[in-house]
Amino acid sequence: MSEQISHHIPDALMASYVAGSLPKPFALVVATHVSMCDECRANLLAHEAAGGAVLETMGEEPLSGDLRSRVMGALDEQIDVTPDVAETPRKGVYPGPVMAALKGSDPKWKKLGGGVRQCIVDMGLEGSARLLHIPAGRPVPEHSHGGLELTLVLQGAFSDATGRFDVGDVEIADADLEHVPTADEGQDCICLAATDAPLRFRSFVPRILQPLFAI
Amino acid sequence: MLSVNDDRLAKEQTTPEAGLLSMQTVEKARLVATKSTKSAPYSEQTLWMLAIRDNRDKRAFGLLFDHFAPRLKGFVIRAGAPAGQAEDIVQDVMLSVWRKAHLFDPERAQVSSWIYQVARNRQIDIIRKEGRPMPEALKAEAEDHEPDAGQVIALEQETGVLREALERLNPDQRDMIEKAYLGELSHSDIAEATGLPLGTIKSRIRLGLERLRHELKDLRER
Ligand SMILES: [Zn+2]
Repeated sequence: MSEQISHHIPDALMASYVAGSLPKPFALVVATHVSMCDECRANLLAHEAAGGAVLETMGEEPLSGDLRSRVMGALDEQIDVTPDVAETPRKGVYPGPVMAALKGSDPKWKKLGGGVRQCIVDMGLEGSARLLHIPAGRPVPEHSHGGLELTLVLQGAFSDATGRFDVGDVEIADADLEHVPTADEGQDCICLAATDAPLRFRSFVPRILQPLFAI
Repeated sequence: MLSVNDDRLAKEQTTPEAGLLSMQTVEKARLVATKSTKSAPYSEQTLWMLAIRDNRDKRAFGLLFDHFAPRLKGFVIRAGAPAGQAEDIVQDVMLSVWRKAHLFDPERAQVSSWIYQVARNRQIDIIRKEGRPMPEALKAEAEDHEPDAGQVIALEQETGVLREALERLNPDQRDMIEKAYLGELSHSDIAEATGLPLGTIKSRIRLGLERLRHELKDLRER
């Protein structure tokens, strides 16, 4: 549990996470950050309380006559409840939600150029989430992204034009930001990065090849 | 930031309807609660949920059902469920509440917050087939953990403040907030300033988490 986290999950993302409307790659970043940050865990619970207030003040709809007795009658049934999925434990610098996305195994890294490696952990219509491994002192290829990009530091630290990001910090970069995150000297930096649109790297891979590289 | 209207809170707690609803069960639940928490003046909802969690009390569940099921039906219809399926979802959510009652922790979530979360998780599971990523759970508390009654009551009160704030918003603002928590708005459509005073309840929950961390640390060092 890091005490010095200074870049947190904004309220709009947290409300959307709580309501279930946040794209899955971002939800993975939120769940991972909350696993590292009690400040945001408290904020998550506060937004759930707001959701509870909405439920509490919702107009009541009359129920059919037999709903109550059907529910009461089912209390003793031994049904196959989908068992609560056993939580995937944290491993090293990877919190539980990341290990769950990796299905419990170690990341399989692929070279991205410039010494940077990546491991896709989630890819779908809602966007993608990847782990990035950046050697100490090296930059991530310059890129812009069509949508929002969230980058959460799991090990080491990086800096770009907007500031410095330490373990637990989340950088929120919108579509306009072209940034060159550079890992601090001393330790390789490992990040969880998520976008709701494909990344466009400027230098290393011609755009037309991107589908092959799944980036 | 809105301040607590003490008069209104006090009046609400003594309305005759609330009092008549279920004196017997509440007394029974209060006895149950006293065993573990000394004489805590918890709300009816909390007492029902504790009776369900600790005693599998079906009568308390019936009272919880009577309060929440019609609201849940309104909620899932607003969230876009076809009228024909709304009651199936209500049934499903209420049964999840019964089966997952062991996870209810009144120090971290007031009953309506907890049921809201159970309802959202069920709807997300149904729509997406795969669950959404969830944070690591806080480590299980000590067996002999005594709930902090002050924390439970403060959380109930703060949740009441949120509810009243929601009711006082103008209709447009309130509609936006309902849409946000019903999952109808994308993150980019949710305004940062929602109009709900979340700061106080957040600080209160934060204090509870800090206390829990200290207890866990003490346990490890023992
Ligand atoms: Zn945070």
